[in-house]
Amino acid sequence: MDLSVNIGHLKLKNPVMTASGTFGYGEEYSEFIDLNMLGAVVVKGISLKPMEGNPPPRICETPCGMLNAIGLQNVGLKKFLKEKLPYLRRFDIKVIVNILGNNTNEYIRLSKSLDDTGVDGIELNVSCPNVKKGGIMFGTDKKALARLISKVRQSVQRAVLITKLSPNVSSIQEFSKVAEDSGSDAVSLINTIQGMAIDIETRKPKLANITGGLSGPAIKPIAIRMVWEASKAVKIPIIGMGGIMNAEDAIEFMLAGATAVAVGTANFTNPRATIEIIEGIEAYIRKKGMNSPQEITKGLGAT
Amino acid sequence: MSRYFKAKIISNLPLNSKNNLFTIKPLEPVIDPEPGQFYMIEPVNSYDPLLKRPFSFFRRTPEGIQFLYTIKGRGTSLMSKLEKGQVISLIGPLGNGYPKPEDGYIPLLVAGGIGIASLSPLAEALTKKTYVFYGARSKDELLILDELKELTDKLFICTDDGSMGEKGMVVDILNDFLTFHFSLLTSYVIYACGPQPMLEALSKIALEKKIKGYVSVEENMACGVGACQGCVVKVGSQKKKHSKLRTPNFELVFKRVCKEGPVFPIEEIVW
Repeated sequence: MDLSVNIGHLKLKNPVMTASGTFGYGEEYSEFIDLNMLGAVVVKGISLKPMEGNPPPRICETPCGMLNAIGLQNVGLKKFLKEKLPYLRRFDIKVIVNILGNNTNEYIRLSKSLDDTGVDGIELNVSCPNVKKGGIMFGTDKKALARLISKVRQSVQRAVLITKLSPNVSSIQEFSKVAEDSGSDAVSLINTIQGMAIDIETRKPKLANITGGLSGPAIKPIAIRMVWEASKAVKIPIIGMGGIMNAEDAIEFMLAGATAVAVGTANFTNPRATIEIIEGIEAYIRKKGMNSPQEITKGLGAT
Repeated sequence: MSRYFKAKIISNLPLNSKNNLFTIKPLEPVIDPEPGQFYMIEPVNSYDPLLKRPFSFFRRTPEGIQFLYTIKGRGTSLMSKLEKGQVISLIGPLGNGYPKPEDGYIPLLVAGGIGIASLSPLAEALTKKTYVFYGARSKDELLILDELKELTDKLFICTDDGSMGEKGMVVDILNDFLTFHFSLLTSYVIYACGPQPMLEALSKIALEKKIKGYVSVEENMACGVGACQGCVVKVGSQKKKHSKLRTPNFELVFKRVCKEGPVFPIEEIVW
């Protein structure tokens, strides 16, 4: 069955990709699954210079989810291009690179370099809750976001440009619209929701960073609602994510209006989650007598 | 052979009020573990708790793989209720095990509490003369003593309350031993696993006395395979860049316990 979907001008062989930050640079999971089978790999956020990340503890478990404050530890652009990207290029797979800058200029430099090397997609990370500078200051300010996307748009010629939105805003519709109007080819949502946990014995926060981003099944209903709201506000494709553990969850996101989905935390508990979700979506399409994933998207029986 | 596999529970046997011996039988061919490596185990097949937990592999038996664990939090408490015949999923073996001692070195294995689970397979694998230092809170928390006596040339036991062996901390017992055998210091290599304060105290002694060694450390883990970057520890590494300073210039970085660890050279961790 043809499971392909289009994100802007980028054609994916199926609607399932990995969520940035949960799949390393692809290498980490290549022994568990055939990477060639994925719709796309979205790699860990890349900055111009390597970042060492936050001190530990960086993660803690919460009911049906986990908090993380990794702080965008990454190898930096240079090493990514030299070591990580060539590895992924050995596969027949679309590579989407999540990028993070401290200012507009850094986003432009990153996106231009990556576009020149021919990556398939660039995902603007404007929603990481765990770093002080950059990122979320664009994702929670409509004017700043519009300016950033418009500028980056000019330097991205070939790659599809995706804006990853923060759920930590009052209106996801407004931010989705800003992304669309400023030239983004697609939006991805949601990033993690800001949260906090305290150890009552030591009376200290469970994360060294104090607050972190909540992911996992706990956030799924919020993510579904936001995808549904965004889908009513914009015409560009939506990549839905937030607590997808299995095919049923992925289908729920597509029914809410997502063209494609990203699997994040589920990779940690089941390294084969992405493949099982692709198989499950195909089975669902057959069972319902449909012909394509597009028939699921916006197939919601709600007005 | 995949490192992600399903296994049937053979037994989940309480050894005392806090510790269980967990035996599983993989339902497919699996990779043989090395001493010091670990597995991610799901304590319950549900979303709450969500994550698998890391456990050192304890023993490979003809019928399966064994783990020793302490019932400590919600995950291990749920795990203790798993019953024979249930099927669970695991990822492993993961991480780097203990490097083999070089020729001419005498291994000193230092275990605190459940840290014995990680060091016992090493004691079993070593063909050389081996000394084991094993401390726990009290007599009933000391595990597998009979096996250890057989595996080692000398077993030093201590408890916090003095209910068995010497009264005191295992690091102090080791320190006394080293002080007494000072002429041989450079021929020892330490292998240690236990609570963080113990490893920290041990590292100080090893650095002072210039003894080589390795420690196996713990951190909260989500993926176990190097993807999430959640389980890092701070390590000091010498800067490669040419420095005009005479003193060694150290730069602090983070390393993943699951991928670069869980076993690290003793001098590398910044406590």
